[in-house]
Parts: sequence; structure tokens; C-alpha cells
Amino acid sequence: MAKTTRRLFLTAAGTLAAPGLVRAQGTQPIRIGEINSYTTLPAFTIPYRNGWQLRVEQINAAGGLLGRPLEVIWRDDAGRPQDAVRLAGELLDSERVDLIAGTFFSHIGLAVSDFALQRRRLFVAAEPLTDALVWEKGNRYTFRLRPSTYMQAAMLVEEAAKLPARRWVTVAPNYEYGQSAVKWFKQLLSARRPDVEFVAEQWPALGRIDAGATVTALAQARPDAIYNVTFGADLTNFVRQGNTRGLFERRTVVSLLTGEPEYLDPLGDETPEGWIVTGYPWDQVNTPEHTAFRDAYRRRFNDYPRLGSVVGYDTITAIAEAIKRAGALETERLVEAMRGLPFTSPFGRCVFRAIDHQSTLGAFVGKTALRGGRGTMVEWRYADGANYLPPDDEVRRMRPQTT
Amino acid sequence: MDFLLVQFLTGLANASALFLIASGLTVIFGVTRVVNFAHGSFYMLGAYLAWTIVRALWDWGGREPWLFVLGLLLAALAVGAIGALVEILLLRRIYRAPELFQLLATFGAVLIVQDITLALWGPEDLPLPRPRWLRAFIEVAGERFPLYDLILIFVGPVVLGLLWLLFQRTRFGILVRAATQDREMVAALGVDQRALFTGVFFLGSALAGLGGAIVLPSQNANLQMDLAIIAEAFVVVVVGGMGSVPGAFLASLLIAEVQAFGIVLVPKATLVLVFLVMAAVLMVRPYGLLGRPQAHARAPTGSVAPVIRAAPFVLKVVGASALALAAAAPLYAGPYGLTVLIELVVFVLFAASLHLLMGPGGVVSFGHAAYFGLGAYGAALGVRFLAVPMEVGLVLAPLLAGLFGVVFGWFVVRLSGVYLAMLTLAFAQIVWAAAFQWVELTGGDNGILGVWPSPWARDKALFLWLALALCIGATVLLRRAIYAPFGYGLRAARDSELRAEAVGLNAAQLRLVAFVIAAASAGIAGGVYAYAKGSVFPTYISIPKSVDALLMVLLGGVQTVSGPIVGAVAFHGLFLTLLQWVEWWRAALGLAIVALVLAFPEGVAGFVQRRWEARFGAAS
Repeated sequence: MAKTTRRLFLTAAGTLAAPGLVRAQGTQPIRIGEINSYTTLPAFTIPYRNGWQLRVEQINAAGGLLGRPLEVIWRDDAGRPQDAVRLAGELLDSERVDLIAGTFFSHIGLAVSDFALQRRRLFVAAEPLTDALVWEKGNRYTFRLRPSTYMQAAMLVEEAAKLPARRWVTVAPNYEYGQSAVKWFKQLLSARRPDVEFVAEQWPALGRIDAGATVTALAQARPDAIYNVTFGADLTNFVRQGNTRGLFERRTVVSLLTGEPEYLDPLGDETPEGWIVTGYPWDQVNTPEHTAFRDAYRRRFNDYPRLGSVVGYDTITAIAEAIKRAGALETERLVEAMRGLPFTSPFGRCVFRAIDHQSTLGAFVGKTALRGGRGTMVEWRYADGANYLPPDDEVRRMRPQTT
Repeated sequence: MDFLLVQFLTGLANASALFLIASGLTVIFGVTRVVNFAHGSFYMLGAYLAWTIVRALWDWGGREPWLFVLGLLLAALAVGAIGALVEILLLRRIYRAPELFQLLATFGAVLIVQDITLALWGPEDLPLPRPRWLRAFIEVAGERFPLYDLILIFVGPVVLGLLWLLFQRTRFGILVRAATQDREMVAALGVDQRALFTGVFFLGSALAGLGGAIVLPSQNANLQMDLAIIAEAFVVVVVGGMGSVPGAFLASLLIAEVQAFGIVLVPKATLVLVFLVMAAVLMVRPYGLLGRPQAHARAPTGSVAPVIRAAPFVLKVVGASALALAAAAPLYAGPYGLTVLIELVVFVLFAASLHLLMGPGGVVSFGHAAYFGLGAYGAALGVRFLAVPMEVGLVLAPLLAGLFGVVFGWFVVRLSGVYLAMLTLAFAQIVWAAAFQWVELTGGDNGILGVWPSPWARDKALFLWLALALCIGATVLLRRAIYAPFGYGLRAARDSELRAEAVGLNAAQLRLVAFVIAAASAGIAGGVYAYAKGSVFPTYISIPKSVDALLMVLLGGVQTVSGPIVGAVAFHGLFLTLLQWVEWWRAALGLAIVALVLAFPEGVAGFVQRRWEARFGAAS
């Protein structure tokens, strides 16, 4: 695929360079350089790639941007930050892309973000969740689309605070995402509910959870409620052991991201019922924007959209809106256009906040349920990201305030 | 008390799965001396095949327990057949290559299997639906305990018993034990080694496949399984003593129980616990719990490592021209070309520093990335906490790496062979875990950002020249050290420790010095790399990075001085090209590695050297 893109580009460049042909700037494509962990995390990044491909095709079918077609040149970072940085350089220097987008892992997002600052080029981070990307390590050239760890934790705290539960335990993968997710949850919930206490915590290594021992250790603390941050293979393992060992009976579980089809589907008929989760009930959201998106996606790929598909789709939408708003491709003008940029997601209207470059894309908060042997979400509502961010003063305090 | 009992039983259940994998690995190693990286891939294939076979059987005959067991066994046999096939097609051709060279081939197999699995089964995690009887539990001391886990507890001892019968009561088993003790002697007695090795690979792979299959009711089949298990399996094998099946059993019990109780006592230590155990065991018992000193004092092919001679004039000309070409790169290469060149230069030093240990030193380090990473962190921590300029950071880099080289090297040089390699791996994992988890100091997995060069070196061309001066300069010095009396002493200690000591050389001290020099050199490489990338992450210390260094050295050829340079350029060049232009780059890279291994069993530089000497005679 990368090869095809490359060849397309060469053809375009060749045509341009052809002697005797005076061409207006107009036919040269606008190029977005996209980097993601395609081989490391295919289950997430392939639906994501489908999402942005769909949007690029739609935009080009509608005549492109500024009268020019849009082209995405994508690269696989193999899950390594050092390769992502090199590829970002390659995209800027060899492929002459106008901006960089993508990344999934937080550390890779941060590496590319710092590179973008160094090179003073626009970087639209699609999937990384770390708060540092827009706060502690935020910079002028980096914007982030997906609702951050803080935002998703805050959405769950709102529900958790309504519960009678007072004794809580937490289980989270042992790395920055898990640590932040637990830190914010504890901090925000304790602020709302001073009577709550956290009586135990478990930190399994990512991808290597010792589920039986973890479940027993959590049960040992006799909690009223459990806050779960594990996902993927660890989550299945945890849920199966928890189901058999009765960990979830008569206890409320609040769980981050578990309602996303990427994580919910592998649980199959063992999806626990009544967990309070953030996620994406793709089959039930019937707003006009989402229905149009879902139909187009199914037509194009003969598959249903995952959350990653929406993120990929919105990444291109946001970039396209910024280019339209800037009317040019110079980085500084694009950055100004991105600040406060409104765009329409399949989830509704969003905006890239000027204060910290975080988009207000939200997530769905609801409960898990079993329907016909599959997990799904019920009693859900859309939580607009704008309502789950800290006060502006606090954001200014956390984010370096230079120029 | 009840809680302790349940936790103990849980540990036992985990130990069974671990034992299946580790016993296969240890049997394969004991007989063939192959450090089989692909063992994790066999485990993963076991899970995927069991997923397919069991579901097919259930569709046909209902969700019956006996069909489930049948499915697991069929999956194990299928994986065994795949393992035998890998042995016949690949490993059989390279047993005569230098020790550890097979590691390269099995690593190639890992990459190929990853992409094949992705292509056949797709990217998503595959759960095996659990019928009611797989969800059943019993009450143990008032706590629920899964029935399946209870059965698992017995699988380990049963397999141990069956293996015991196999090894004690059958001719095959007796031959396997004999070969584990002394395979040259077994061969000399006229036993068909080929059949024996293939049989052992079948057995070992089938055990790994069974291990993957039996975890399926509690775990998805997923694409990360292979690498998640392989490090742990190595730990068990080494702690138990390589080649010892009862040792693997004991070690899997130990590791599983340490994990089950460790997460209760120190929940945050999950990343590093097993490696701490391994380091502790190796310090007390250098050959593992039930292991014996390796009986391979004879070089496997009966040949001694070739004498290292001064480079022929042509090679010097080639080297100088390559250097001149690299230095002139800003004249003809674009910015991206310069970036790649800087990386190559860094990796040349990284590989050369490992080569000093592996070649002349005879010390195989599986954790060389630790010193590369420590160098990078040395620079980055200087920037983060002391705001030092690049010039100082580049001094801190080798200092920090060298310091840890002294500490770790002191323990490491007293071991030998694979045990030594595994202790270096344990130390590397401990450093990695510290970098990953000590968030206040290192920023955790989010790393340290903003490690950019001083203003004068921001220009790509200037930075390239800086990198060339530091890295190639250090590489030349390493070369010089090999030809110096120090290098001769080191090689003497490698070839015959007894004789070397008899003439008054202190072998352990020589190795320690080499270890520190190698660590500090890797530190320089890491420091330059940090400034080239602008950021530092724990991935710089991770196992794949150490494997990269090994691949570079092996690919180039361990027994030539130019090997690491050729290997670094070849490996990184291959990786870059394939990563960028081929969607299935892992399979392509794996195939390329396998092809290189088969074509150049002494490494690329070794091959060229042999051809050269055959044609023009050895330079004197």
C-alpha cells in the first residue's frame, strides 16, 4: 500500500516536471504524512486506516481542497518511537508533506510532537491518550483529537460518584496510561466523594496479566466497587477469571474504554453486564451524521466501524477544515486555523480548543449488556468532551505558556 | 489463610502452562544447543490452531469436553510437525555454523510466523467461547476456584511424569539424555543425529503448542502472545538449569508462585519480579537450580576461531573510501539521507561494541541494549535535571553506561555461555523496568523529550560529522584494542582459560575490562542517538533492541573484525528499506534473514574473508 502511494506521488511529480507543461499549482495534491503502528496493533490501526481512507475519498470525490486533491502518504512505525521520528523526517524532507498526522501509542505521539516542535511543523495526533501531549508537554504545533485519559476518567467519575460504593479497588496496566487513568480517577472521585476510600490496587504488566492471582488479590480487599483500566487480551483474561471466581457479583465495575467495539467484541458471550463504561455503541447511534458515516463505511469496507474508524475519519475532517479555514498550507497559518477550529464529527459538533489544542470530541458513557451472545452498550448517552476538561486556570498552570 | 491457599493454587495452575513451554525449550536446547527464539511462536501457533480445531470439532460434535481435549492434542501435534519442518528446512543446514548463529535463523522464523498468523487469522483477538463446563468452579476454603485451573494443576506433573517415562524407558529418550550430556560422543557412536534432532524439535514444539492451547480457555489467541511468553520461558529454563526438565518444573513452580504472591505484596513490581529472581538465582547457583556446568568445552565443530590478522590493504582502502563517502554525504544526500546515515553510524558503534565482547571476548551479551539505553538516558537525564549542553551530555553518556558496566560486569564475567547471556538479559530487564517505572526520574514510558543538540550542531551535516567523529572514532579504537596486547590476552582467555591463566593472564579481569569498554562504547552510541532523535524512551533498552545488536553482529560475522560494521549496515539497511516499502515487512525481513543465514553461515564479512583468503591467501 505504501508502495502504491509512493508510485502515485511519483507519477504526479513526474507529470508536473514534464517539460513544456505549464501547470497551475492547482493540480498538485495536498499531502498529509501519516504515521501509525500498523503492524504492531493491526486490530486498532486497520479500522483507523479505513476511516481516514474513506474520508480522503469523500473529500476528493467532492473536488478536493482549495481545488487540489488530497493525498495521504502513510508509514508504519513498527511500534518504535525512534522509527516514528525518522519517518516523520522522511515524510517532511523527502515526500514534502504539508503536515504530519497519526500515531497511536502515547510515547510515539510525544516523540513526534517534540519533533514537530523542533521542526516547527503541524502535527495532528489522532489516537494517543496521554494528557502530557496537550498539557505538561504541550506545544504550539501539536493538536490532539481523541478524548484524553483525563476526559474519559472524568466521564466515569461522574457516574461513579452517584454510586453508594465506598470501598474501591483499581486494576490498571503498569504503564503511563494506566497510571494516569488511576491517578485522575482517584483524585476526581475523592474530590466529589470524600467518604470514598481506595483499599487495594493491582498493576499487571501490559499483555501479561496473571489474571487468576489478580482477581483473588482484588477480592481479598472486599471492595464495593472496582475501577478497571485493563484492555485487550488482559481484559478478556481478567473478565473470564473474574466471572468464574465471582469477583463481579454484587459489585459495581467502572471500566475505561471497555465499551469500544475494539475491546468489547472479543469478550463475546462473556461480556459482563452492568459495567459502567466509556465506549462507542456503533449500532445504536442514529443521528444523521453518524448514520451517514456508518452507511458509507459499510458500503466501502463491508464491515462495521470501530472507534478507530471514527478517529481516522475525524482526523482527516479536522485537517481538511483547517486547510479550508487557513486557505493556505503554511504551517503557521494552519496552526492559527487549528486553534478554535470547529468541525463536525459523526459524533456531533466539536472544536479544537485554543487553550490547549485538545479537541472536544467526546465519548459515549453507558452500561454493558449482552444481546444475542454479543456485548453491547445500553442506557448510554453522549458525553461531550467540552464538559470533562479541567478549569482553564488549571490547564494554563499545567501547560507551558510560551508564545 | 484461605486467601493464601487460593493464591497458592492459582500459582500452581499458572506453573503448569509455563512448564509446558519451558520444558520444550529446555529439551531443544539441551540436545541441539539452539537458543530457540521461535519457541514463543510455536506457543502462539498452538493457541491459534487450537482455536480453529476445537471450534471445528465443536461445530461437528457439540461442545463436548473430550472433543476439546482432542482438539488440544491435535493442535499440539500440528505445532510439533511445524517445528520439525522448521528444523528440517532451516536449522539442519546450519548446525555447523558458529554457536548462536541458529538464533538468527529462529529470529527470522519469529518474524515470518508473525505475519503468517496475521494473514491467516486476521488482526483481532480470537476468544474461544467457554461452554458451561469450562466456566465451572469448586469451593476451596470458601472461595471459588475454577475447575479448569484445578485440572491444569495436574497437567504439569502428568506431563513431567510422561517425559520422565519417555526419557528413562525409551531408546529415543535415552539418546536424548545422552546427547544432552555429550552430543559429539553420541554422534561418534553412530547415532543418526538428524533424526534425533528432528525428533527433539517435534517434541519441544509440540509441548509449546500444547502450552499455547491449554491457556486458550482463559486467554484470547492474540498476536502478542509469542513475544510476551518467550522472555519468561527463557527465565524458567535458565533458573531451572538449561537442559534439565525437572529443573524447568521446579523453576516454573517457583516463578509462578513468586508472581502470584508478588503481586499481592508489591503490586507495582510486576515488570521486573521474574528477572530479579533469575538474577538472584544465577548469582548463587551459576548453572541454575538443577543444571550442570555445560559440557561443551570442545568447540562444536572441532575448529578454533580463526586467527585475527591485520586487514589487507584493499580493505583499508575500502574502509577509508566508505568513510570519505559518508563524510561527503551532505554534498549529495538529502536531509533524510543524512538522518539514515547518522543512524547507521550509531549502529556501527553499537554493533562493534557488542562484537568486542562476542568475538574476541567470547562473552555473548543478550542485554547489550542496556548500555546503549543507559548512554541515551545519561545524556537525557543531564538535560532534564542539570540542563547541561550537548557537549557535557555526550560525556555523561559513556560515564553512566560504563559505571553500570562495572557493576553488572563484575557479576557477569564469572559465568559463561548461555547462563552468562541470560544474566546480562536479566540486568538489562532490570534497567529497562527502572526506566519504565521510575517515572519521577525517567518520565516512565513517555520518556524524556527535548534532548536536542547544541545550536552549532543543529545543522544535519555538522551533526553527521560529529557522529562520525565520535562513533567511527570509537569503532576504530575498539578495532585497535583487538590488535593490542589487551586483545590478544582477551582472545587467549576465550580460547583456553586454563592456559591463559598459566601464563599469568587474569581472565576474569580481562573480560571485565572488555565488558566496561563495550558498555561505555555502547553508551557513546546511545548518547549520539539520543541527540539525533531528540527523545529517549525505555524501548531503547528493551529486548528487541538487544536482539537487533546481536543480529547485526551475527549477520556480519562474529569472527571477523569488520563483521559488526558490515552487519550493522546490512541489517539496518534491510530493515529501513523493507519497513518503508513492503506492507508485510516482517515476513520479508524474516525471509531475508533466513536467506542470509543459509547463504552466509559465517556471516557476510566472514564469507567475503573466506573467499578472499581462498583466492589470495591469508594476509600475513
